[in-house]
Amino acid sequence: MCLAIPVLIKSIEDKEAEAEIGGITRRISLWLTPEAKVGDYVLVHTGYAINILDQGQAEETLALLREIAEAEEAG
Amino acid sequence: MKYISEFRRSELAEGLISHIQHSSKTPARFMEFCGGHTVTIFRYGIRQVLPETIEMVSGPGCPICVTANADLDKAIALAQIPGVIIATFGDMLKVPGSRSSLEKAKAEGAEVYTVYSTMDALKAAADNPDKPVVFLGIGFETTAPTVAASILQAGEQGIKNYYVLSLHKLCPPVIRALLDAGEVELQGLVCPGHVSTIIGSHPWEFIANEYGIPCVVSGFEPLDILQCVDMLVGQVEKGQSKVEIAYRRGVRPEGNRQALKLMEQVFEPAPARWRGIGEVADSGLKLRDKYKSFDAEANFTIEPGPVVEPAGCICGEILRGVKTPADCPLFGKTCLPESPVGPCMVSTEGSCSAYYLYGEGLGG
Repeated sequence: MCLAIPVLIKSIEDKEAEAEIGGITRRISLWLTPEAKVGDYVLVHTGYAINILDQGQAEETLALLREIAEAEEAG
Repeated sequence: MKYISEFRRSELAEGLISHIQHSSKTPARFMEFCGGHTVTIFRYGIRQVLPETIEMVSGPGCPICVTANADLDKAIALAQIPGVIIATFGDMLKVPGSRSSLEKAKAEGAEVYTVYSTMDALKAAADNPDKPVVFLGIGFETTAPTVAASILQAGEQGIKNYYVLSLHKLCPPVIRALLDAGEVELQGLVCPGHVSTIIGSHPWEFIANEYGIPCVVSGFEPLDILQCVDMLVGQVEKGQSKVEIAYRRGVRPEGNRQALKLMEQVFEPAPARWRGIGEVADSGLKLRDKYKSFDAEANFTIEPGPVVEPAGCICGEILRGVKTPADCPLFGKTCLPESPVGPCMVSTEGSCSAYYLYGEGLGG
């Protein structure tokens, strides 16, 4: 029910945007994320962007997980 | 960065699993509050790769499952009023109330529209100006701001035939109620990811501080869950209890201020009825007086009749984390996805549905 998926914003018109996920375009509302820009990935829940995904944080998380995996492999 | 495939990589999962297996020494029971997490855990077989020290239990984080029969009956009674159009998320259709369901009401002539978003419900109202359109406001803090936005939008666009039956529920108060009831002992809480996208991580601090239970906010990909469990194990082994975020790309400690602002503008806290848990103070949301003209409760005479609970169904105990679907005499026998007795078998995020789909607890 609280499902939200990452989509890429392609264009913005007033408080709505065209967003793309896996080649499919759909219209989403930016009422909850008025600061969203074209090129941002946002989390979309029931047609509303609820957050702009933070690329820096995503990369940091993945780097941390790689460190854990490498340390485990090294034993 | 597409934010999906990166968080499903098996070599990183293997690293986390190995780390969890090495570091977990103390037996610990973790509750995943959110039904979405339950689905990820089953879909990726995460229970099977965790060490024996760790037990995962599902919590009440499925909005459809926790909607009380009295409230389902209200929604069905509204649908039965001639001329009223009900707009609802599809998951609600099959949920049985005391005597009927929205699906049955629809078969008997009620106008029930399945929508993906409140934007579709607003469009239905604009397209049918002579009929009231009632949106069933089911959902936690993730969904409530989208419903608040739709009410503000209806106001802006002068749509006067749009109403909301607010059955929204808030997560932190019900977790307090569960912990105070003392039926389930937890050593860690997997905090809901997208609820936290809206409310942030601060509202969970009372759980760590007052109840001494480690809390980690998790995302919904398999690596998110494994990282969350790894962090919970880390806290357990160090004897800590604090709130951490494993889902940093999607959750900020302060949440989404714009969403919180709209939610607070339109709604105020109110008591809410939870299936299996009962009434919990300040765990629901009602429309503020200023927005009364959009409130279905204030604008319709709703006569749902007496509440009847399904005989033998233990959804309530499952939602409290006290029992599992395998403990239910109806599970997989008379209660099946195509003919559900209780809501936990209806919603794709319900524990019974997840257990059934992934073959857990079916015996044989």
